[in-house]
Amino acid sequence: MTTLTDPPQESFRLSQLIYDTRYRSMTIQIVALIGFLLLLGWLFNNTAQNLADLGKEPSFRFLGEPAGYDINQRLLEYNSQDTHLRAAFVGLLNTLVVAVLGCITATFLGVAIGVLRLSNNWVISKLMMIYVETFRNVPVLLWIVFTMAIMIETMPAPRAFKGDNPAAQMMMNDSVAVTNRGVYIPEPLFSNTLGDVHLFGAASMRFDVSLDLLALMLVLGASLWGANWFRKRADKIQEVTGDRPKTWHVRLGLIVVPTAILLYILGFHLGYPELKGFNFKGGTHFRNSLIALWLALSLYTAAFIAEIVRAGILAIDHGQSEAAAALGLRPKRIMNLVILPQALRVIIPPMISNYLNLTKNSSLAIAVGYMDLTGTLMGITLNQTGRELETVLLTMAIYLLISLSISAVMNVYNNSVKMVER
Amino acid sequence: MSDISFVRTEMLPEQDPPASEVGALGWAKHNLFSGVFNSILTVVSVFAIYFILAALVPWAWSPTWNATSLAECREILSGLGREGHFSGACWGVINDRWVQLFMGFYPSDYYWRPIAAFILLGVALSPVLFAEHVPAKLVWFSALYPFLMPWLLWGGSIWVPLMVLAGFVVSYAVYRFLVAQVSELISLIVAVLVAVVWWLLLMGPLSGVLASIIPIGIEAVGSRQFGGMMLSLTIGVVAIGFSLPIGIVLALGRQSDLLIVKALCVGFIEFIRGVPLITLLFVASTLLNIFMPPGTSFDIIMRVIIMATLFASAYMAEVIRGGLAALPTGQYEGADSLGLDYWQAQRLIIMPQALKISIPGIVSTFIGLFKDTTLVSVIGLLDPLGLSNGIRANAEWNGVVWELYGFIALMFFVFCFSMSRYSMYLERKLQTGHR
Amino acid sequence: MKKTVLLGALTVAGLAAGAAAAGTLDDVKARGTLNCGVTTGLVGFAAPDANGEWAGFDVSVCRAVAAAVLGDSKAVEFVPTTGKTRFTALASGEIDVLARNTTWTYSRDVDLKFEFIGVNYYDGQGFMVPKDLGVSSAKELDGATVCIQTGTTTELNLADFFRANNISYEPVPIETNAEAQQQYLAGACDVYTTDASGLAATRATFDDPAGHVLLPEIISKEPLGPLVRHGDHEWGDVVRWTLNALVSAEELGVTSANIGEMSAGTNNPEINRLLGTEGTLGEMMGLDAGWAKSAIMAGGNYGEIFAKNIGEETPVGLARGLNAQWTNGGLLYSPPFR
Repeated sequence: MTTLTDPPQESFRLSQLIYDTRYRSMTIQIVALIGFLLLLGWLFNNTAQNLADLGKEPSFRFLGEPAGYDINQRLLEYNSQDTHLRAAFVGLLNTLVVAVLGCITATFLGVAIGVLRLSNNWVISKLMMIYVETFRNVPVLLWIVFTMAIMIETMPAPRAFKGDNPAAQMMMNDSVAVTNRGVYIPEPLFSNTLGDVHLFGAASMRFDVSLDLLALMLVLGASLWGANWFRKRADKIQEVTGDRPKTWHVRLGLIVVPTAILLYILGFHLGYPELKGFNFKGGTHFRNSLIALWLALSLYTAAFIAEIVRAGILAIDHGQSEAAAALGLRPKRIMNLVILPQALRVIIPPMISNYLNLTKNSSLAIAVGYMDLTGTLMGITLNQTGRELETVLLTMAIYLLISLSISAVMNVYNNSVKMVER
Repeated sequence: MSDISFVRTEMLPEQDPPASEVGALGWAKHNLFSGVFNSILTVVSVFAIYFILAALVPWAWSPTWNATSLAECREILSGLGREGHFSGACWGVINDRWVQLFMGFYPSDYYWRPIAAFILLGVALSPVLFAEHVPAKLVWFSALYPFLMPWLLWGGSIWVPLMVLAGFVVSYAVYRFLVAQVSELISLIVAVLVAVVWWLLLMGPLSGVLASIIPIGIEAVGSRQFGGMMLSLTIGVVAIGFSLPIGIVLALGRQSDLLIVKALCVGFIEFIRGVPLITLLFVASTLLNIFMPPGTSFDIIMRVIIMATLFASAYMAEVIRGGLAALPTGQYEGADSLGLDYWQAQRLIIMPQALKISIPGIVSTFIGLFKDTTLVSVIGLLDPLGLSNGIRANAEWNGVVWELYGFIALMFFVFCFSMSRYSMYLERKLQTGHR
Repeated sequence: MKKTVLLGALTVAGLAAGAAAAGTLDDVKARGTLNCGVTTGLVGFAAPDANGEWAGFDVSVCRAVAAAVLGDSKAVEFVPTTGKTRFTALASGEIDVLARNTTWTYSRDVDLKFEFIGVNYYDGQGFMVPKDLGVSSAKELDGATVCIQTGTTTELNLADFFRANNISYEPVPIETNAEAQQQYLAGACDVYTTDASGLAATRATFDDPAGHVLLPEIISKEPLGPLVRHGDHEWGDVVRWTLNALVSAEELGVTSANIGEMSAGTNNPEINRLLGTEGTLGEMMGLDAGWAKSAIMAGGNYGEIFAKNIGEETPVGLARGLNAQWTNGGLLYSPPFR
């Protein structure tokens, strides 16, 4: 006969830290943590000692000093007397501009190419295959340099527009000039402008917000909301009565009329580029470096996105669309309600990492002289001040922040389209 | 009985399908002109192809292979009556420098060494890549290869790699000895410590002594003499090789239940993946020496390899994590039910399968890293792209652009394309095992 | 060294002799090679040839120093550096001397903690424009697009110049000279600005050099010279006096052709001291007596180096100008060897 006994109440022994699985994981973790802290301390100590030997003291004071160099492509006003911090800020905005533009075009291009690659047109599908393989298998840095070189060599210089019988002509009724310095397009101007709001006073982060643009966006937003409301109302009527009232003309009017009225009040007109002196003046100037970088990054990333899209579409079982058809859904609805939601589930995670890659690859801007964050903070500022530790770490921190924000936003979206598995 | 004479009693002979449905015409109709939209696409793409070829072919068709300078190229072309900026390519620069673009400044007498190293790499990888065609014993060569390759590339005394190898042997012997006496964890820690002590303290003097007694070795080549495609390959191969074990550890750490370990691994992976490679290369070129103890000095290629390894490890960890996630839970449960402990389960059940699934991912990580090695030109290393700058700084070739870029792009394309094709083949081959 | 390379390869511990630990001179002697930082490529100043041999004006300085210290002008490891990596490479001890057309400025000398050991080329920033642009002065460049190499002092000078003259411009920053040349020739920029020597060197390789002019304005002083780390005076002396030896040799008429007979002894005591047949100048620096002789034999005296790499007979075609000996109205002036 056995008796139930309490387990032996043993006192804690040191060896339990290793042999007892209850404590062992704790031991491993603490050892790992101590090791990590020791490593950090060691690196920190080395750095401090090396910097002391070099006679340098880590300090971010240089960020407040005048940068001394000019930046051509910029969204904010900036001159060489502004601080290094301001230059870095201008560079950061340039990085974001090229990243956002690149992600948008790469997505459109990539989806188009991915779909065309599945086309039953032999020439097109082979051409798209060649495109994808060529772009995927050659380094992106080469593509950037290549694109820039092609743009420089094949587009006309502003000089070619001069004279009585010029070698080059402006396009679109003399409103667009394509040169090897960039593309000049008309810019929107307002004769009764509301002015700008200056944010952050005189700080390095200061920037102006155009009230005209703000007003336009507000009105457009309100119009869109109204149009949407109108459509929803039509849905309700349809549900109740079975008849759907015609809405498109009202909706179009709701969107167009208020915006047009506002544009008229603001005195909207276009400023056209004109050849004056060495360059075109007026209009909006997209510099070559921006276009080359944007184009190269888009084309390169599009090749990857095309493969993702293709894989996503191919991953959906044929039975799905057949089943949907059997239910009596029309092809467009099959695409929207059955295929796409499932394909997106496959497509989105690798898409996120491609957006991240594009953003990170935009740091190759220095190869074409586009002044992004790498070109300003980790480029000229580093070189002029000799503060490699501070500039490189700061640049890394900013990129890390951008990457983490992108993946956070995209992950939220990803979770919203994710199918709940049962 | 009704008259059924209108019913045919004999079969008609089989007819050929209409001419528009078969042969070239039918193929074209089905594949090229099956609709208005398709026809437009076809015409547009044919025009695009013609346009590109018409620009490219006359330029590339240029008898300048033997020219020794850009000026001579121009002379040859104007002799043929071809004037102007895009009159023709100057292939002389490729003729003059293609060896350099492949080998960098590696001493020409020893070209066989990098070539042998990369051919042997194929042999070392064959147990993985062509498992069914090679004897299993070859795996021993694969295990030795990581010691052979640096020796072939950098040269020096044979005793150094042998002593490094001996470190592993000694460490393993200590482990086997101790594990019979004390706990596994303790013996593992001791074994690692012994290995570290061996490598840091004993190995240097010992190999020095052995080298002075029995001097066997090949001429040392400094890593500054590495360049061109060989540099890209070296950085890629070494970084991927080292990143594999690190990546496995990181992936396991990320999967583990230990909170702190997991946090450290996730932090490392997300940090590395969140910053551009170019910033890491700047760390290699400007900061790494500052992080090391005063007086330490790795040469720049070592530093780049270190940073490239860290970079690749983070990506490798994600690839292997994908492989681990793809394994059915039953495999883990099966291992548990057999009573295997964590490491045994990993070693015998989980990792062999997870790694096999990850091979295509590993190959594409390698291709990505290999392409990214062109970035080292930004910090002044002479990879093919960096060399192109140096070549253009010679008075003879100043002004050459397209020929060099085109050749470099072609080199990368050939390497990457064949690797990606091979990886696709491998993917197909491995997939059959799971269906 | 053989060992450390391999150890490093295995990332075990690539501990090479460091910078701060011992004197650079001893390090170089122990290592048997000189690590010399040069550009990744600039016509006439530094470029590798098809065999991987570096040649050029800056390269010759490295070779002379190697010859003086190690007696072998081939015992140089050339480390290509970019505008951004050059100073760190020197500060971290990766290179012993930086000979990469670097301008001697106050902040580099004082704040970045380097020691410029002299000037091997007196330069100034100039402008090049196509002739048919019809510009005769830099002040007429209002609104022009200017190609400029980033990571150089020229960028700051340019901003200052246009600001001081109250005219506008648009900079096109470019990494390398080769790319700047490409953009300039295609007309993507109206003006190319860099050191006047670089402009001349670039123009010389054009298809049509006569179609381009250098504007008369030289907007800055760009004394280019080799530099070493702050604080290691023995090493600084070695590099400084090697450069001085090359300059003095030209002044005293010592060439690579006649150095054999001159080193047998001459009537000129300064030549004798320089070439080590008299006095103990080499010993004072911790070198052998024939150090200057080896340095001069490596590539000739200053004038020969100049003529061979960037002089008027070469494609670069630079005139001596400011870089003539002081006796010929130039600025080259070596302190006496005494």
